Amino acid sequence: MKQQDYEVIENRLIAKNTYEMKLMGNTGEIKRPGQFINLEVKGFFLKRPFSICYRTREYICIVYKIAGGGTEAMSSMAVGEKLSVLCPLGNGYDMEDCCSLLLRKSSSLLIAGGGTGTAPLYGLAKEMLKKGIKPKVILGFGSKDEVFYEENFRDIASDVTVVTEDGSLGEKGLVTDIMSGDEYVFACGPTSMLKAVWEKSAGGQFGFESRMGCGFGACMGCSCKTTGGSKRICREGPILKREEILW
Amino acid sequence: MVNTEVYISGLMLENPIIPASGTFGYGREFAELYDINILGSIALKGTTMKRRYGNEGPRIAECERGMLNSIGLQNPGVDAVTDEEIPALSEVFTKKVIANVCGFSIEEYALCAEKISRSDKVGIIEVNISCPNVSGGGMAFGTSPEAAGEVTKAVKAVSKKPVYMKLSPNVTDIAAIAKACEKAGADGLSLINTLAGMRVDIKKRKPVLTNKSGGLSGPAIFPIALKMVHDTAKAVNIPVMGIGGISRASEVLEMIMAGAHAVQIGTANLIDPWVCRKIIEELPALMERSGIDDLDGIRGAAWKKQ
Repeated sequence: MKQQDYEVIENRLIAKNTYEMKLMGNTGEIKRPGQFINLEVKGFFLKRPFSICYRTREYICIVYKIAGGGTEAMSSMAVGEKLSVLCPLGNGYDMEDCCSLLLRKSSSLLIAGGGTGTAPLYGLAKEMLKKGIKPKVILGFGSKDEVFYEENFRDIASDVTVVTEDGSLGEKGLVTDIMSGDEYVFACGPTSMLKAVWEKSAGGQFGFESRMGCGFGACMGCSCKTTGGSKRICREGPILKREEILW
Repeated sequence: MVNTEVYISGLMLENPIIPASGTFGYGREFAELYDINILGSIALKGTTMKRRYGNEGPRIAECERGMLNSIGLQNPGVDAVTDEEIPALSEVFTKKVIANVCGFSIEEYALCAEKISRSDKVGIIEVNISCPNVSGGGMAFGTSPEAAGEVTKAVKAVSKKPVYMKLSPNVTDIAAIAKACEKAGADGLSLINTLAGMRVDIKKRKPVLTNKSGGLSGPAIFPIALKMVHDTAKAVNIPVMGIGGISRASEVLEMIMAGAHAVQIGTANLIDPWVCRKIIEELPALMERSGIDDLDGIRGAAWKKQ
């Protein structure tokens, strides 16, 4: 983990209240998709945690939705602004785990994203592609105007399904409506969606969100109970394996 | 060359900078970031007899220049702290530490303090009678002079190390509580703990914290902490550890001029994990610029007759 200044090189609206921000700076220490950054927003006391959508050698891409004052302020940040960022944080998705599973049964690998939870899964899908893994993808959104990254996913994955709760795009319904139930799932999204996916899956890794104080394991603000005792979402998470999770 | 050393109850600290309990865990996370041996000491996370998960989340809420927490004393229990955490810390930190203990009865305070004070690594016991986030414990013992005195007496009777009572700011007269602790045998005082506070989520029309209220910390509370340290240091003849909203070297000097022997840095560690190192690096230069040769010479300068 390092604390460094990153420069905003792009900050654009990609769906309703949803922005994509590219931050130029050191990306060399990022180990896995699903790790996150903690980003300083001037005028606000605590840093804001955002999962890394994907990274290149030059920049980190994050996707955020306006949810309060901090993200509101972020939406008007201009190109060239510098932000203090703690990076990288958290464990990220364990692709080794999935690779060993793939050797046994490749057809049942699924990426399941809900809302802005879709963002880190895009980076995961890109990394998987590099390893020759082609998972099925299901993305769920509230309605058509909230959908983002559909094309990005279609560019790298052959089997992409988009569902919306109101049926305004793709099939009407939830991600779980088109899950078969025997999948190993890489999931990220709202807690209610994660729980539904957890119930219907055979195994997998789930990305959680939490209010955090520090983002690196010092304050115990984001602790949650798991089968292996209490864990910090920021440190032992934000990705928890299916068998660890207690609801 | 200026001298940043301070002496508190048998410990000669290289500098007065001590990360505060609950903001530094048991040191491990920070040892990955910098050589923590530069610190004066470390105040460990509040420890109880039994393992505690703490309160349900959300247990963090942001405020203007500060934050509320309602962790509720999450800790692995005194046995895990003495058998695992302290030995692990000893591998990366060579100095003595301050062990912070908490309880839900006077007996628990005494048992926990006795147990942890046996560790060679522990230089001082800090007794938390000021946690605002647990019911029937913590702050319940720190808001009356009588109860504070009783806990002090019980812990002093069994502790093998000097005892510092960590005081709550959520009282009418902190100096009266401080004096009761001193009278009961306390070797020193640590203050302040967090101020009770609350935020409401206007969309949900409910408190942000599941625990409803929490403890306010951060730069917003520095002036309050400073005044309480000032009032307390004037009233007692035992060392005072100044805590509350400190995030820069100049505030360390303010605390010492208000009467503190050493200081603890809390919430600032969460915002900038390297803040203690920065303060330690800045302090000698600031002392030099301010014409301060050693910290003993300025202690209580804000109220002592020159």
